[in-house]
Amino acid sequence: MPNFFTENKDLLFQFENLDLKEVVDIMEDNFEQAKEYNYAPVDYQDAMDNYRKVLEITGDITANIIDPASTDVDLEGAHFENGKVTYAKGTQLALDQLSRAELMGFTLPRKYGGLNCPTTIYTMAIEMVSRADASLMNIFGLQDIAETINKYSDDDQKAEFLPQFASGEATGAMALTEPDAGSDLQAVKLQAYQDEKGNWFLRGVKRFITNGNGDILLVLARSEAGTKDGRGLSMFVCYGDSTITVRRIENKLGIHGSPTTELQFNDTPAKLVGKRKFGLIKYVMDLMNGARLGVSAQALGISQAAYEEALAYAKAREQFGKAIYDIPVVTNMLIDMRVRVESDRSLLYATAQSVDKRDKLDELAHKLKAQGKDASEVVARQKVASKIAALLTPMCKYTLTENANKTTYDSLQIHGGTGYMKEFKVERLARDARITNIYEGTTQLQVVAAIGGVINDILKEDFDREEQKERKGNLQRLADTLKEIREIFYSSLKYVVDKNDKYFQDVAAKELVELYSYLFVGYLLLNEAEKDARKVFIANRYIMNAVANARKNAEEITNDTFSDLLHADEILN
Amino acid sequence: MSYQSLVLVKQVPDTANISGDVMKPDGTVNRGKLPAIFNPEDKVALELALQLRERFGGSVKVVTMGPPKASELLRECLYLGADEAFLVSDRKFAGADTLATSYVLAETINSIGPFDVIFAGRQAIDGDTAQVGPQTAEKLGIPQVTYTQEIIDAKKDTLTIKRKIDGGYEIIKAKTPLLITVIKDAAVPRPFKAKRVMAYKNAKTLMELEAMAEENSLLWSDQLKDEYVAKKLFIETLTIDDLNVEVERCGLHGSPTKVHKVESVVLGSSDHVQIEPTKEGLGILVDKLMEDHIFG
Repeated sequence: MPNFFTENKDLLFQFENLDLKEVVDIMEDNFEQAKEYNYAPVDYQDAMDNYRKVLEITGDITANIIDPASTDVDLEGAHFENGKVTYAKGTQLALDQLSRAELMGFTLPRKYGGLNCPTTIYTMAIEMVSRADASLMNIFGLQDIAETINKYSDDDQKAEFLPQFASGEATGAMALTEPDAGSDLQAVKLQAYQDEKGNWFLRGVKRFITNGNGDILLVLARSEAGTKDGRGLSMFVCYGDSTITVRRIENKLGIHGSPTTELQFNDTPAKLVGKRKFGLIKYVMDLMNGARLGVSAQALGISQAAYEEALAYAKAREQFGKAIYDIPVVTNMLIDMRVRVESDRSLLYATAQSVDKRDKLDELAHKLKAQGKDASEVVARQKVASKIAALLTPMCKYTLTENANKTTYDSLQIHGGTGYMKEFKVERLARDARITNIYEGTTQLQVVAAIGGVINDILKEDFDREEQKERKGNLQRLADTLKEIREIFYSSLKYVVDKNDKYFQDVAAKELVELYSYLFVGYLLLNEAEKDARKVFIANRYIMNAVANARKNAEEITNDTFSDLLHADEILN
Repeated sequence: MSYQSLVLVKQVPDTANISGDVMKPDGTVNRGKLPAIFNPEDKVALELALQLRERFGGSVKVVTMGPPKASELLRECLYLGADEAFLVSDRKFAGADTLATSYVLAETINSIGPFDVIFAGRQAIDGDTAQVGPQTAEKLGIPQVTYTQEIIDAKKDTLTIKRKIDGGYEIIKAKTPLLITVIKDAAVPRPFKAKRVMAYKNAKTLMELEAMAEENSLLWSDQLKDEYVAKKLFIETLTIDDLNVEVERCGLHGSPTKVHKVESVVLGSSDHVQIEPTKEGLGILVDKLMEDHIFG
């Protein structure tokens, strides 16, 4: 029987090389929980063993139940009749199976029925679900909503909502976007008001809400009447009851299994999550960052599926008397795809681990403070982890979602005319991939989110350390190449900073973020190559490609390619 | 009304993946050459038992007779939701045919029972005899319902069961205690439950603890057993000494079935005939099929 975990050697490689020791120690209260729950681990090794088993179950369900149903889900899509949304048959079956397997509360604490897994492990599960059916990820991946409640709600709200998520009884939605508030969420208008007893109600419209028919909704709403910016917004939780009208579901290019809804809130009773006015500036940013990691994993899952399709097709398809797999231009495309998939995976799980570190150190700091202990060392490390996660998350989403589009494009190309037909899976993958670099913040916004960390060179110390390492033979040559990329980065950065032109900086940001990502991923791959001989090939192609691209990035900046922006009107009209 | 159920399960070689060298000269299967899996219809039987427990309450225990390697199968039963698992294992049980197997199973049931409903898969994919379930029921002197498709209802000591028959089905009522054998279409087995996998992944049978003790001179199997019992991770293990059985009726001794000869039959045809899709062609096709006794 196929299994998307045990048969994916690269995913296993990443799993086996995870370093979650400190994260797990914190999450498990130094393994105190094992006394209370027979399924809690007794030590780190036992925890990793638990995670492996959970991923094996996910690998089994995704490969044997979800993947075979995915074509029908795409054809059938979600339904909307008489104001009610129903999932495609395959979507419902998949959700039932995932619930029965107890996989709907991956990261939630055990006391609420969850598995208490690190985000990194959950992200691996999302990758597999997305490889099987990207549209299902939009429902499976909404566990972040429960996680937000877990982080910011009071104990009563947690006890009320979280067990419903963990059991799979309830699915969620995050209702942020409105017709006039997309990328710019500060413009959110949906009104939150209180009656004389202090109960909150919601009134207004939300648009493009994934799974808006869900049972429990997190809603961003304007609680401070008369305000116009982000500081007047708060976060609310409510049930998807009869006060919410689903006005329509969208007819989309891809991810057909995931219903995208327009919602009208008609005086819907709601509860305030956390503190008033913190809705956008804190909670949504947090929720969004979690979702960005999820979408990155979704993109990688699609890439993996597209690569598998291309490889199988290239081996089976014969032209000019041989398999097209053996035609150099095709082989070369396949290697490019494979290198993208593996380098993306390294970036994704490095990012996920940085997110875990940020969150768990934060928990530890709170715990220490509550116990009246000195938390300064932990707080300091948490701050660093937080900065790194804030850089890596958008960098990861940018890279992986753009690459999913490249890889599905190449996979379709390898299929030739056949790939353009509906009979083959790759056309769906190409359609599904297209949304990943749009939602949860477009690629262009990821650059905006990442550029601060890049300009401040926050990974400087890590890169310095990597540069000083002694490497063997061919790897030293690659390390030297990375050093060269680093020099290119610094000279490009200096050029942008010296120019001191905000307009120019905005467009040059993409080049700088890309340059920085080559360094981060390049070092990851170099370190992997030291553990596994096959990875030398991956590191080699990635870094050799990167240096060529780095020179191009630098030229774009220093040649003042963008100076014609000043003449945009003349060119465009 | 709740029901105490027992499910007979077996680990079998994955016969869907047979390759050339898996048959031994004596006609038995070289299990080492094939991946071992949960016999598919036994898994469906366990699913029905778990559903019965969900609907009416009670408990579900599982038992397998097999080599120590079958311990893995029992862990899987625990992952799926079984309350308790038993391994029946002894060198003296090896080489058993259906007669000797059902004898030992019946005695095991007498020893760990009583049960209201005993579930078994219709047949195992390695032997395909479909005899062990029925023979066990005979030896226990209880009614049996074979080819179960659905348990429609249960009231006190009576189960209403839909069973598959040639060209249709029949609905019958049967009194507990009884044994039912289950066909593949009866249910879709559930996935492993994540929390149960975490909880029982280290559950061990006596043979596995003995193997651990053999590999490490600082460990004693008795001590290990106590430790595993205390952690609720011990899978109850029954050997010939634990059962009220006659040695000569067990294993190879107690098995009158002798495999006369094993033939390797290769199905397939070396040549093919092309027939045009015309009226004339269809006539030729029908004649050909009648000639080969496929028609008529």
